[in-house]
Amino acid sequence: MTSVFVSSPYVAPRNSLTRLMIQVIVALLPGTLTYAWFFGPGVLLNIFLAVLFALLFEAAILKLRARPVAPHLTDFSAVVAAWLFALCLPMHSPWWLVLVGIGFTMIAGKHLYGGLGFNPFNPAMVGYVVLLISFPREMTTWYLPGSVSGASLSFADSLAYSLGTADIQQWDALSSATPLDQVKTGLGREIAISEIQSSPVFGQLAGKGWEWISLAWLVGGLWLLATRTIRWHIPVALLLGVMAMASLFYLADTESYASPLFHLLSGAVIIGAFFIATDPVTAATTDRGRIIYGLMIGALIYVIRVWGGYPDGVAFAVLLANMCVPFIDYYTQPRVYGEK
Amino acid sequence: MRELHRFHGGLKLEGHKSESLVRELQQASLPPRLYLPLKQHIGEYNKPLVEVGDRVLKGHMIAAGTSLICASVHAPTSGRIAAIESHPVAHPSGQSDTCIVIDVDGEDEAAEPMPPDLQQLDAERMIELICRAGIVGLGGAAFPSSPKLSRGKAHGIDTLIINGVECEPYITCDDMLMRHYAAEVIRGVGYLQRMLEPKSTLISIEDNKPEASAALATALAGFPLDNTEIVQIPTIYPSGGEKQLIQILTGKEVPHGQLAFDIGLFCQNVGTCVAITRALEQDQPLISRVVTISGDNIHQPGNWETRLGTPISHLIELAGGYLDANSAQLVMGGPMMGFSLSGDRVPIVKASNNILVMRNETIPHSPGQHDECIRCSKCTEVCPANLLPQQLYWHARAQAWERTQEFHLFDCIECGCCSAVCPSNIPLVQYYRAAKSEIRAAQKAQLKSDRARIRFEFRERRLQQKKQQEEERRHLKREALQKKKAGGDASAQADPVQAALERVKARKQAGAEEESL
Repeated sequence: MTSVFVSSPYVAPRNSLTRLMIQVIVALLPGTLTYAWFFGPGVLLNIFLAVLFALLFEAAILKLRARPVAPHLTDFSAVVAAWLFALCLPMHSPWWLVLVGIGFTMIAGKHLYGGLGFNPFNPAMVGYVVLLISFPREMTTWYLPGSVSGASLSFADSLAYSLGTADIQQWDALSSATPLDQVKTGLGREIAISEIQSSPVFGQLAGKGWEWISLAWLVGGLWLLATRTIRWHIPVALLLGVMAMASLFYLADTESYASPLFHLLSGAVIIGAFFIATDPVTAATTDRGRIIYGLMIGALIYVIRVWGGYPDGVAFAVLLANMCVPFIDYYTQPRVYGEK
Repeated sequence: MRELHRFHGGLKLEGHKSESLVRELQQASLPPRLYLPLKQHIGEYNKPLVEVGDRVLKGHMIAAGTSLICASVHAPTSGRIAAIESHPVAHPSGQSDTCIVIDVDGEDEAAEPMPPDLQQLDAERMIELICRAGIVGLGGAAFPSSPKLSRGKAHGIDTLIINGVECEPYITCDDMLMRHYAAEVIRGVGYLQRMLEPKSTLISIEDNKPEASAALATALAGFPLDNTEIVQIPTIYPSGGEKQLIQILTGKEVPHGQLAFDIGLFCQNVGTCVAITRALEQDQPLISRVVTISGDNIHQPGNWETRLGTPISHLIELAGGYLDANSAQLVMGGPMMGFSLSGDRVPIVKASNNILVMRNETIPHSPGQHDECIRCSKCTEVCPANLLPQQLYWHARAQAWERTQEFHLFDCIECGCCSAVCPSNIPLVQYYRAAKSEIRAAQKAQLKSDRARIRFEFRERRLQQKKQQEEERRHLKREALQKKKAGGDASAQADPVQAALERVKARKQAGAEEESL
């Protein structure tokens, strides 16, 4: 007979951080594989490097902070952050770009605030935005999908590019602005949408390849909803935010504004709605708050895309909304049982 | 079919009910000694009415209180008072408390019952008899029934709700009680109706207890009551919580800071109904109750009708003993809201619905070690009070007590749903309990310091007044002296030595008067 004074409930845990994180990783697989299918294995190399560096940084910082290393490494939160970060990078990136970005993600984005659970800003977005501002050339060098360029890239090609040993001129022929970027610069030159979208990089609904990748993120995202890993409020509100803004302007002038469907399936809207904005640590926590938070990100994405300086705005929109979270949470508390 | 409502959140839990339902309800044998804590209810302490060496009969009142909110204690069997001493009791703190120890003589000789004439009884008299029988709410809270009934009656009751929900895992004592004593339950409901005169009565049972439900229906058919309905409600934890049950059945919420009868509702547990029936019909005080023994570390889980004061070790023996005695954890109540016991010497009391016997491994051990909160809000989704548990945790951990109160800490019913779903395995309820007791302690200290301050300020004022009065007196005296001096001016001038002597004398006199004050 022993007695240990622990407080109720005395039930075995039903859930764990590790399980949640693994679910997110599984949900990322369809999109990641579709991405690799259209654009070659570069993205997989980016993910591999990002995860490797992230785990190294995480271990080193935990050691410096005198925190237990093993339990934090195995919660896989660093893996998820690194994975999402890697998906933001151009599909072919030099290794040092990954290293610098992940460094910021883990140090400035996560541990300077106290580690998992204490960071006010989405760590992956912090790392990505630092790179976008610091290394604009590398961060805007995107490549055509294999189906358009006709080149099929092997893992060795990607590795050579990453290590900086590849023939740059040969690669230059394959590079191209993203569909979002083409729309933005085209409209800047007052070219009509229909004309811009006649370029071969555009597919049925949005950019060739990109539209399918977005749909694959959607599949993973819906699975997260079905398993109740995430709730519907943020993704639905975010997509609604984008749709509402895009529809409004599209209906007003179909030649100067891209269609709502194009906005939804281009760039990072879908992955942002289901995987990035839903990062629980940095998102709003109340139901009403999450709807406001989602709508805000959706609207900001559109504003930044159309009138801002960058072709896509998911990262900035998420970081701006992160800042408002304490405020949103405080003013959207639910009505407690028995309160008027 | 009655329209049912939903409460926010809640959990579907593994029931673990069948383990203790495979055996019929048994009568627990008498142990050699019974340990009856003086206080087995919410409220004031009782005082013993017996002395060491006295012989008592079954049903004798052996301890009672003077306050309105108390419940007397009766001898569960005949025997001799062996001691009135400190003994381990069922309390979350693990502390001991004063118990009346009875050496059981085994004859189980009862005091002569004097059942009242039921036809003649009015509500006041019934409540008085219930008070004398030491009846408390047997659902677990152990609030004395008679003051609750008086207040309920004074408020006027619209709907009487009988709680046979029993939503916590493992516990089956109410289920067993309804199956075996259905008629007594229904007659008890009848007495409650006579006392409270409600417009309607709802007897609620979770839909995982079809046998109990059928037994009650049969009993109700044999003893028809007006406007009384048996309502099956969905099995979801914590539907048996009073506030949640009210919400399910009526769609109403008990307003913040009020009680059920403020909105015309009155809830009573089925076990309490049986106790009331026995008190009124047989003049039998509350001396036994049905107790479930269950868990993953006991040979034969089951239900025993047990005399109060029986040591848990005795029941464990009746249930075939521990599977692994070296790894046994005892919990009184259910796994969601119960509390750890210091050992098996602890006696069964009025509130003991269940003794959970678990293995060490099944109970999470290191509450200090958990992952950080990732604000996933799974806790918010399941909270029946619609709180924001993760925000409460954040502020409780930062010891920001005011903030915790802004986030309605005291509306937490400690049901444990949040802790159960937390992916970081944070013992959230433990944080809230700690925060609540810190705040209560601070409030008490504040009250004390307020009193001390008022006392101090009063003293200061009193001293000030005294000083003022003295000053006034001195002033008057000086004036009188001066007048005197002005009168005998010539002589003073003639003899300055005499005048100086007079001044000294006056001063001395003033000093003496001052001392005498």
